[in-house]
Amino acid sequence: MRSWLNRDALLQAIVLLAVVAGMVWLVGNVQSNLERQNINSGFGFLSERAGFGINQTLIDYTEDDSFGRVVVVGLLNTLLVSVLGIFFATLLGFSLGVARLSRNWLISKIAMVYIEIFRNVPLLLQIMFWYFGVLRNLPSPRQALSIGEAMFVSNRGVVVPWLEAGAGAVWYGVAFAGVLAGGFWLRRRALKMKLNTGQASRVWRPLALLTLALFAVAALLAGVPFTLDVPYLKGFNFRGGLTVIPEFVALLLALSLYTAAFIAEIVRAGINAVDKGQREASAALGLPESLALRLVVIPQALRVIIPPLTSQYLNLTKNSSLAVAIAYPDIVSVLAGTTLSQVGQAVEIIFVTMMIYLSLSLLTSWAMNRYNQRMALVGNAS
Amino acid sequence: MTDPVIRISNMNKWFGTFHVLRDINLQVAAGEKIVICGPSGSGKSTLIRCLNRLEHHQEGHIEVEGVSLDGSMKNLESIRSNVGMVFQQFNLFPHMSVLENCTLAPIWVKQKTKQEAEALARQFLERVRIPDQADKYPGQLSGGQQQRVAIARALCMNPDIMLFDEPTSALDPEMIKEVLDVMVELAEDGMTMLCVTHEMGFARQVADRVIFMDEGEIVEENEPEAFFSNPQNERTKMFLSQVLSH
Repeated sequence: MRSWLNRDALLQAIVLLAVVAGMVWLVGNVQSNLERQNINSGFGFLSERAGFGINQTLIDYTEDDSFGRVVVVGLLNTLLVSVLGIFFATLLGFSLGVARLSRNWLISKIAMVYIEIFRNVPLLLQIMFWYFGVLRNLPSPRQALSIGEAMFVSNRGVVVPWLEAGAGAVWYGVAFAGVLAGGFWLRRRALKMKLNTGQASRVWRPLALLTLALFAVAALLAGVPFTLDVPYLKGFNFRGGLTVIPEFVALLLALSLYTAAFIAEIVRAGINAVDKGQREASAALGLPESLALRLVVIPQALRVIIPPLTSQYLNLTKNSSLAVAIAYPDIVSVLAGTTLSQVGQAVEIIFVTMMIYLSLSLLTSWAMNRYNQRMALVGNAS
Repeated sequence: MTDPVIRISNMNKWFGTFHVLRDINLQVAAGEKIVICGPSGSGKSTLIRCLNRLEHHQEGHIEVEGVSLDGSMKNLESIRSNVGMVFQQFNLFPHMSVLENCTLAPIWVKQKTKQEAEALARQFLERVRIPDQADKYPGQLSGGQQQRVAIARALCMNPDIMLFDEPTSALDPEMIKEVLDVMVELAEDGMTMLCVTHEMGFARQVADRVIFMDEGEIVEENEPEAFFSNPQNERTKMFLSQVLSH
């Protein structure tokens, strides 16, 4: 036994040595090649002036800002489209999944046709369809479709009125947070009262009152620090308001609609995986169907749904890098695209981009695993 | 005979083109215990599943405690909360503890408080002789214990009628008795019971009437003594010779 153990250790040491030697050779090779071609190495470029504009920035950004800030702008754009994409894909996916199981023939068939179409056409093609096929073909700003002379849809995107916040707007933020917290508290109190007294307490009416009261207080404290910024046409484009660029709309649409089809199948499989007897037992006890779904079927279906749902969330986030095809300024487009072509340091830039996606994915998995554990711990049935 | 609590008249049911129940007529009095037997596929499970509308009948009339089962949701909910059911596969909720299984419906359907519902549940768990398993999950119990929880869960709704759909068929032989004992006790307390089972000993002991079904029809019904000692129909004779021969 002992000699086997030694032989095992020796083999592993040899493999390790070979891997380390290989990496040393690779790094040395890259370095000498870069030097020969006069390309800098290191991350010094991050503090240099970027010198190019970006057409969607969630934080202040001008051409004079650094490449470091470009990374943040790109990351925020990736996060924006991914988080909203996950939200809409989940909403639509769950609805479609339930619709697919509907006893209504028409509803179930519509859901089926949707799923088959969006699941089986390549995502890149769908992005191009929405961008080149639909949004770029809209009329120019001068002939824009207008909704009440306040909202305009053209090939430059969607322009909507926007509230310009002044000093004191933070009080409204506080009031909003208060309403959210109050809503959660009221819901919990209602469940507690239901269990303690058998009577359900009201949720909606006190919540409406709370909302009114909190915003009244905010108004007293801060007045009305908002000005409505309505867009208007000036020259060849719109001024004022909030512009949602067509690249963003196309990418968000394509990612949400495509991923929703997969989520729908996952939800359907999850609900089908719950034994038919569970519904029958609930019905036999007199539980109405909606309660049976909420208390018996969905908690069990979620355990089956969450792991594959997590990989759909990861896919959506990673697929958002297809933004590069329509020049939506996500992290790949601005960092591994524009920045790379200006700086030329492929090794560092690609490495940073990969690390960003890796971190996002690990963070998502971690959060979803925690949620899954919470669901699984509720019971430990075989 | 007092007014019947269940009245089935001229009831017919099809699964697609397959005629599962043919012209069923049956009346059950309050407190009566009925055992339904017959070969597999004879429609006996389907019959009792029609009584709380887990299956829909297509023709004829079913009335439970004076309420007609006609597809109206209001009638259905009132019937279901008065008719308990125990399944062959137990159908306990695996994500809830034994106690939660028993309190779910009293809390959400009968609007009881958690405290009342738990007190009631513990009382019935005592009665089915598993008071110490209240905080375990179904997956941690044996089949016999699970089926007794299922009986307690149904009893927590204070039903007037109990339906048993082959309650011992999925159990290991050594666990059948503990479940049957609970059912015998329940019968002695005067519960109205309809039970689909092949346990002929149980039928002899508690049944007021035994019903034999074959090919969707009620072929023969009689008091247990007469049913077992002097079956009239050829099909009954053949079935009994197969069931009782071992």
